[in-house]
Order: sequence, then C-alpha cells, then structure tokens
Amino acid sequence: MKKKIIAMTLSAVMAIGLFTGCGQTGESEAPAETQAAESGAQNETQAAQDEKELSGTITAAGSSALKPLADDAANAFAELYPDVAITIDAGGSGEGLKQVADGTVDIGNSDVEAAEKLDEAQAAELVDHQVCVITMAPIVNPDVAEAGVTDLSKEELIGIFTGEITNWSEVGGPDESIVLITRPTSSGTRATFQKYALDGNEEASNASMETDDSGVLLQNVRDTKGAIGYVALSYLVDDPGVATVAIDGVEPTLENTYNGTYPVWTFEHMYTKGEPNEVVGAFLEYIMSDEYGAQMETLGYGVSSKMTTTEH
Amino acid sequence: MNTTTQKGMFGKEYAWRGIAVLCGLFVIALTLVIGAFLIYKGSDTFLKFGHTLWEFLGSAKWHPVDSAEGGGAAGALIFITGSLVTCGLALLIATPFALGSAIFMTEISARFGEKFYRPVVEIFAGIPSVVYGWVGLTVLVPFIRNVFDRQVGHSILAAGIVLAVMIFPTITSVSADAILAVPDACRKAAYGLGSTRWQTIRHIVIPAAAPGIISGIILGLARAFGEALAVSMVIGQTTALPKSIFSTTKTLTTEIASQMGNAMEGGELKSALWSMALLLFLVSLLFITLIHYFTNKGKAKAEGGKA
Repeated sequence: MKKKIIAMTLSAVMAIGLFTGCGQTGESEAPAETQAAESGAQNETQAAQDEKELSGTITAAGSSALKPLADDAANAFAELYPDVAITIDAGGSGEGLKQVADGTVDIGNSDVEAAEKLDEAQAAELVDHQVCVITMAPIVNPDVAEAGVTDLSKEELIGIFTGEITNWSEVGGPDESIVLITRPTSSGTRATFQKYALDGNEEASNASMETDDSGVLLQNVRDTKGAIGYVALSYLVDDPGVATVAIDGVEPTLENTYNGTYPVWTFEHMYTKGEPNEVVGAFLEYIMSDEYGAQMETLGYGVSSKMTTTEH
Repeated sequence: MNTTTQKGMFGKEYAWRGIAVLCGLFVIALTLVIGAFLIYKGSDTFLKFGHTLWEFLGSAKWHPVDSAEGGGAAGALIFITGSLVTCGLALLIATPFALGSAIFMTEISARFGEKFYRPVVEIFAGIPSVVYGWVGLTVLVPFIRNVFDRQVGHSILAAGIVLAVMIFPTITSVSADAILAVPDACRKAAYGLGSTRWQTIRHIVIPAAAPGIISGIILGLARAFGEALAVSMVIGQTTALPKSIFSTTKTLTTEIASQMGNAMEGGELKSALWSMALLLFLVSLLFITLIHYFTNKGKAKAEGGKA
C-alpha cells in the first residue's frame, strides 16, 4: 500500500513538473533574463581582463521565408557563444509581429513592415532591423522553359497571373494550359510578388492552386507540366528542377537585385520591442556583419548593405 | 484499531471521489470554455465587420481584408461546399468497403477476422494523417494525372479517396462492434425459420445493428470533416466552387490551416477564419448529438427486443 502511495506521489510530482516546465518557456522570460544578467555579472568579476562572455536566451518567431537564414545564423552564432541558447519558430509574419509586440518572443521575423499587420501604437514600440534582402523569382516547369519561355514582359506576367492569358502559346510557348501555383492571400511572398512583379494587380484566386509553403510550391511546379509559380531565391540554390524566368529581360539574381535592375525584392525584418538587450543585440549585429554576409549569399539571401537602392 | 482503518477507508473514499469529480468538471469546463472562446472570436465577423449570416453561409465571394478596417467579402460557401463534397465522396467510397469487411470479419470468417483482420484495420486507424497525405501526393496525384490524362492530378477525387482510406477503419471497427452486439438468439431464430446466411445477415443482423453502423458512419464523417493536413496536400487549394470531381477547391479546415499563421490578429480575415472554426465546432456538435441519438435508439431497440 505504501509503495503505491509513493508511486502515486512521484507520478503526481512528475506531472506537476511537466506543467511548470511548459509554463516557463511561454511566460516567464524575465527570470531567464535576470539569470543571464546575473551569470554575466559573475563572469565579469571572475575574469575581468578576459573578453566578455555572452550568455542568455534568444527567442524568435515569425516569417517562414526568413527562418532558414535565422536557423543558420543561430547555429553559427552558437558556435561563437556556446552559452547563448537560441530558439526560432516559424508561424508566419503576422504571428511573429504579434508575439514580439506582446513580449512573448525577443525577435519577431517578418516579410512585411510592422505597420501593415499591427495597429499604430503597437508598431511604434517596435524597432526594425533590416537583416537581409529577399528576392522572389517566377519559376516554371522545365517543359515550358525548354519550349522557349525564358523571358516574360511584365505585361505578360500580369496577364498570366490575373488569368487573362491561359495558354503558353500566347506568350511563345507550347500549346499547353497555364497552371498557376501560388501562395495564400496572407502570405508575405505573395504580397511582395503581387506588389512588385504584378504592379499590384490582384492574382486570379479562382484559377490558381495555393500551397501552404514555398517548398511544396516548388515541388508542385516541378511535377506539373505547364506550371508557373514564384519562390524566394533561397529555395533555388541547390538544383531545384525548375527554371527561373527573366522579367523584361532581367534575370532574377542577387547581382541584379543589388544594382537595382530586378524589381521583385523586399527587406526581411527582425523586429525587437524597444532597443534589443545585450545578447539579442549581439545576435542581430552578427547577422548583419560582413563575415556572415558571405555565408548569407551562399544561402540565396541578399546582404542589406550591398543594396545600391533602397526604394523600388 | 477498527476505527482507524475505517477512518482511512472513508478518507480515501472522499479523496478519490473528489479527484474524480474534479477531473470530470475540468473536462466539462474546458469544452464550454473552448465553445465560448470560439463564439467570442467568431462573432466578430458578424458584429464588428457587419457581415450577415446569410452572406457567410451562402455567398462564394471570399476576399476578406487582412486589416482591422474590414470592408471585404466573407462568403465561406466555397469552403463549406468543398468540405461537404469531399466528405460525401469519401463516405460514398468508404462505406460499402467498411460494411462489407465488418460483415466479413464478424459473420463470415469470425476467427480469421478477430485474429488477423481486426488488428490490421486498427493499424490503419493509427497511421498519422500526414502519412496518408504524403502517400496520396506522391502516388495518387500522379496516378490520377496519368490515368485521366489531366495536367493537374490534385482534385476532389484525390481528396475523397485519401479521406476514404482514412475513415474506413473507423467505420469498420464501430460497425463490427455493433454487429457483434446483436444477440445470437436472433441469428439462431432466423436459421431455425430456414433462412440462409445471407438472408439472416440482410434481414436480421444488419437491421438490428443499424443504429451502431450509422454511429460508425457519422464518426467517420466527423473525422473526414475535421481533417486538414492530408486534404490540403492533395486537393490543390483553389478559391473557387468545384465544377467537377476533377476540380481543385478548398475545404473549411485547409483554408484555416493555410491562412491563420499570416493573418493579422483582430483583422477581418482572422475573424472570418474564427467564424469558420466556430462552424466546424457546431458541425461536430451536431455529429455527436446524432451519434447519441442513434445509440439511444439502438439501446431502446435492444431492450424492446428482449421484452
């Protein structure tokens, strides 16, 4: 009987432990931060001459387009500063902005500016860090490109995505229906493509297949004859099995984005609530540093400081 | 000594009763709170953004604005139709198979059914939906594309088939339980009157098990209605009413899943999505009520039979 009671108490304790464990990650960041500050202070007194060691936690959430870069930067940063724990969640730009405004996470990743998703008072509290440039490229199934469609004028592109042009033969391609593969209306990638590649014209939602993320979109374009879609360049660094299309004769590359000739790009934002604390600040500085910039370009993202133009 | 054991006995009695009551109340409260939360969030579409219930249920114009100003259109008919059509198709495909195999494993080959067939069906039920979706995307979608010679294989047909495979085990095992619950005396009486096995099954066993079988079908329907992941992978999400079985369209769950992450909190789009979630909640409530209705009917029938 006693054994049973002991077992029950133990399991109850474990269950409670689970609950409190969950609670901490979500709610009480303040203790974690003070802990970090304390241990930082201890380190300073212990080794006053040595370089200051960073320790603490960084939490980020938001844009799925920015997540691969954020993950890579977090790994590289963790090698430099092993005491810093970084957690990055996706969930979408809107979610990232909301959570950083609420103070649930330290960094909110977003494809769009905060003012577009939050109300003014909330947006004003946030500090913008334009960590990189993301370039969107129209992509087609290889059968379309092989038949000669490697360059589309903006008018043709608008015609295709608004559903006015429905056959590839109308733009010099094979006699094949055009299959539109796009993203949901709330997607940041779609918003950017619509704004700068389609000059704000609304995509034909009733004729396009929407996909929940860019990876699936890529797969669908690859597997569907006559398909056209759009993804960020970061999805095209390894051989993706699809062909990119030039707009008005300009190839979608990072160089053309830097020199301002290719129009479909946007800044990726990492928002902090107020000025970042020491650890978060160091992380943001690291992402925007020149040494990480080279790595960033191999991943298909553009370095903000290389942009010769900041307006479209 | 006697009194101390008695004390301990009663102490335990009350303590455990308290814990059981607490757990029960917690679950009830949780359900009510979720319902209230959905009503609170979902009512914004109608109260704050001024859409009518008729527009929400009966209009296919869907372009809610992703901001707090509103002013878009929030007709969810496309998604409601999409959900109904895919689930209907799934039921149409799954029910005959499920019924057939339930009869097979209880009436025709009971020992093989109990030892081998039922565990296989139960394994089916345990496979996560993402696996069904992925297999559907890599096998079924190209198959439909090639067999029917279409450019796109994503379709209502693909979604219906994937859902049918997913709900088939649910319907089968619930139906089999219902058939097993039919008293043996009924069968013996039928055989005694000179019925063949098929006549016994057709005229005695199936009618007696009907309420349970219908419960199984509704349970399957509820699962199909709530499935988002597998469906979204093969339905080729297009915001348009379906024209044929090969059309691409969207369902309530796939639209919520694909838009919720990016939609702005408190915006018209998010409110409309919450309203759709509320609709799903109400539909599942309806399904559960129906199941209770049929189970009670089954009980009444069984008791009536005995008397």
